[in-house]
Amino acid sequence: MSVPERGSTDQEDPQAPLLEVRDLVTYYPISRGIVGALARRPKLAAHAVEGVSFTVAEGEMLALVGESGCGKTTTAETAMRLIEPTSGTIRFRGRNITKLAPSQMRPLRRRMQIIYQDPYDSLDPRFRVRQTVEEPLLVHQLGSSSERRDRVARAMERAGLAPADLFLERYPHELSGGQRQRVAIAAALVLEPELLVADEPVSMLDVSVRAGILSLLDGLRRTGLGILMITHDLSTASHFADRIAVMYLGRIVEQGLAHDVVQDPQHPYTKALISVVPKRDPRDRTEPQILTGETPNPVRVPSGCRFHPRCPAAFDRCPRDDPVELLPAGEDGHGAACWLLSDRPHLAHRGA
Amino acid sequence: MSAPLLQVEDLHVWFEQVARPDLHAVQGVDFELNQGDRLGLVGESGCGKTTAVLALMGLLPPNASVAGRILFRGEDLLAGGEETARSHRWTDVAMVFQGAMNAFNPVRRIVEQITEPMELHGQAEGKAAKQRAGELLELVGISAQQGDRYPHEFSGGMRQRAAIAMALACDPKVLLADEPTTALDVMIQAQVLQLLVELTTELGLALVLVTHDLPVVAQVCTRAAVMYAGRIAEAGPMEVLFHTPRHPYTRLLFAATPDLYGEEAVLSIPGAPPRLDQDIIGCPFAPRCDVSFEECRVITPRMLSVGNDHLASCHLNDSSVRTA
Repeated sequence: MSVPERGSTDQEDPQAPLLEVRDLVTYYPISRGIVGALARRPKLAAHAVEGVSFTVAEGEMLALVGESGCGKTTTAETAMRLIEPTSGTIRFRGRNITKLAPSQMRPLRRRMQIIYQDPYDSLDPRFRVRQTVEEPLLVHQLGSSSERRDRVARAMERAGLAPADLFLERYPHELSGGQRQRVAIAAALVLEPELLVADEPVSMLDVSVRAGILSLLDGLRRTGLGILMITHDLSTASHFADRIAVMYLGRIVEQGLAHDVVQDPQHPYTKALISVVPKRDPRDRTEPQILTGETPNPVRVPSGCRFHPRCPAAFDRCPRDDPVELLPAGEDGHGAACWLLSDRPHLAHRGA
Repeated sequence: MSAPLLQVEDLHVWFEQVARPDLHAVQGVDFELNQGDRLGLVGESGCGKTTAVLALMGLLPPNASVAGRILFRGEDLLAGGEETARSHRWTDVAMVFQGAMNAFNPVRRIVEQITEPMELHGQAEGKAAKQRAGELLELVGISAQQGDRYPHEFSGGMRQRAAIAMALACDPKVLLADEPTTALDVMIQAQVLQLLVELTTELGLALVLVTHDLPVVAQVCTRAAVMYAGRIAEAGPMEVLFHTPRHPYTRLLFAATPDLYGEEAVLSIPGAPPRLDQDIIGCPFAPRCDVSFEECRVITPRMLSVGNDHLASCHLNDSSVRTA
């Protein structure tokens, strides 16, 4: 899967994908302390993201799925330039934004927005709903006061807070959890972004309102918004995302259409993850394939394939060679970073 | 057959509130539990499931008042006040609290924290207590030597398993687990759930699993009680609840839960649960129900038997209301 070369990458290209991330690496340096520095101990870093590539197209929802600490939030925040990448490239509509200065990033910021997990934390308790939703417009100095009022009302109604008048003057504590998350979504939508990152948008909410928020995101996607959803819940991803990327220890280990990844997983990690997702039907009690041990420390990533110490199917090549690229595993770009697939040459032609 | 291990009859809990009417958090809950049973208590937040199990432990805050009967092997835990409650707490009925993995004292070794309840309850002391703590840790999949470590040296999943070991310290017959896996990753969740099942099959422990997560109950429990507004809406074997629910709330709750392989649309339940500081007239679920009719808003539904070991509180099952 080679990346097509483009002549100029400092211009936007309407044909290019909304967000395109290649070989993204983000390390968090770890302080050695003064003793460590004097003793010239080696510099250590947490390899939070290590060579991640994906694209999000207009009107598409990509779910980044993985356990806590796998680097999914860091990946998304780096892709939005909220965290500095160590290496790799990030293109927004074809324009290379990896090294843009903050002043150059600012006009792009309103085109990419993020909503967080906890609507109890992400809203200012002293702000009325109107102030929260209007704030981004003030920050970006957009519109006259009457234009802003219209945009606020429109964003709130898009987020399912209709009629807006009913909610405008309320404080967060007067709203339910689902309504708060809708306010956070309205505050993101008021800037009319093209890309929305949703970091665990429903995991703090009650079961009965989750579907409402997810359907809202689904509807926004249908109107052309590109959505990068971060979730630990494969069931949610399988229901709402177009494509799923499964992350393990800073790397995407499998990627493909949501249906293909869930119905025909290829990477042993994805298989194990799917086997432990509790199913709704009590008759559907398949034996969970519980992996031994826990995810290794990202400071000391295992050699070769980073999953090999826990992999039930590891063979001699796995501790030696790192499967950096996804190997083709099926139709529509379904691929997995697993050497088991290298023994299947009949698939090699089909992937890309 | 002898009396059930634990029998809860018409349990009510009220919380006294400052300058506001009392909050009627649990409004007449009945269930029973036998050795080896695994019962799920499910519902949205605020439906009274945690309050109900705290009442079983006798651990409600001072502003709470309780009515009804909680019979442990026929003895009423509520009859003798705190003294009776204390004599059964941990030794007969034990609990793993929500977020228990974060409840360890950070400056004491894990093993000391497991032996403490044994010594307090006079179950074992010194070497014998330490020996038993080691056995409990082994039981939950942690080596006895690791017990000498401090909580911060354990991962979240290990701490949660250690919290289960601590709850088992005094050899209880009933284990109440409140959202024991909510903060854990799916892989660790699977380990903890498997452990809970093993404890019931191997030690004959009776388990009450409190959670909002229906798939977790579906995989672990044999029976479940669906709670709504402080009452049980429907109770029965898990398979029956999933395949032939007789209360609309149960059906809608399943429909609101995405399934890994489910193809059908996931639906939210409109509206919110009723306030519990006001009297509820009619069926508490009527305002959110998709099949409610006139009587639902005025007549409180009765709990009716709708099948073998299957109870539901909905007028749709009540011919006397439906045909009226």
